[in-house]
Amino acid sequence: MHQLTIAGKAYRSRLLVGTGKYKDFAETRAAIDASGAEIVTVAIRRTNIGQDASQPNLLDAIPPSQFTILPNTAGCYTADDAVRTLRLARELLDGHPLCKLEVLGDPTNLFPNMPETLKAAETLVKEGFQVMVYCADDPIQCKMLEEIGCVAVMPLASLIGSGMGIVNPWNLRLIIDNAKVPIIVDAGVGTASDATIAMELGCDGVLMNTAIAHAKNPVLMASAMKKGIEAGREAFLAGRMARKYYSADPSSPTSGLIGS
Amino acid sequence: MLDLKINGEVRQFPAALTVTGLIDQLGYTGKRIAVERNGEIVPKSQHATTQLAAGDQLEIVVAVGGG
Repeated sequence: MHQLTIAGKAYRSRLLVGTGKYKDFAETRAAIDASGAEIVTVAIRRTNIGQDASQPNLLDAIPPSQFTILPNTAGCYTADDAVRTLRLARELLDGHPLCKLEVLGDPTNLFPNMPETLKAAETLVKEGFQVMVYCADDPIQCKMLEEIGCVAVMPLASLIGSGMGIVNPWNLRLIIDNAKVPIIVDAGVGTASDATIAMELGCDGVLMNTAIAHAKNPVLMASAMKKGIEAGREAFLAGRMARKYYSADPSSPTSGLIGS
Repeated sequence: MLDLKINGEVRQFPAALTVTGLIDQLGYTGKRIAVERNGEIVPKSQHATTQLAAGDQLEIVVAVGGG
């Protein structure tokens, strides 16, 4: 019950991490280990024909035998390109159907193109993919993605790579309260308290990359994020006290004071 | 001569090639890659039997760091 279940598979960690923007594969691996993440995103790109083919491969540092690899469609601006990319990813990962769909709409803000995202999701679900989908924090379109058959819906907290945190917690609450699949905040988290807030709202998990990779000490930030996620989840399950806007309520007894 | 467009660039090969032969010539044997030919995936199980034709458009991809 306290595990995150996506497409029938249970995960202990509710933190999902990316592999971009690190100094090298050793740092990538060290940060992922410190984060405790089990689901790790990768991008799919053309090989550099003619360059040294013996260069190390990301999947040697992050082996699919140890991690659930989540190939993404970052950089795709049409449903067709995203679908093509994920067909290649599935071939690359020996038929592994779990994927992260993102269809972007604008190169400056990386906001998702929702009509293309919905179109790609329909095709991918029909082809047997288990689609985790990056999307706008629009409760209606999030529900549409769930109804198409996506296995997790992943609204942005703020712009990709911005570190601006949770800019619209009320939309996230609407999405969470109305969802039957895991809701995972994807993008925008800047520091551990942002991850905690997302989890306190009732999100099932958080996916992040830049907040860890671009911290001054990525490995330490990965550890902080792990704790932030766990703290937020426990606080959500514990149920926070009611807010009292107009009156204080002492924590210590009001009787038995000396001199009374 | 066999002209192939690989990852957007035209390259010439001296003789007939299968996908397996191409992967070998590019130094990718044993590497974790995926191949698309003219818009269709070529599954690993068919690399050895898929004969390439002049003008084929190929995409060869790998996993890289990303979020």
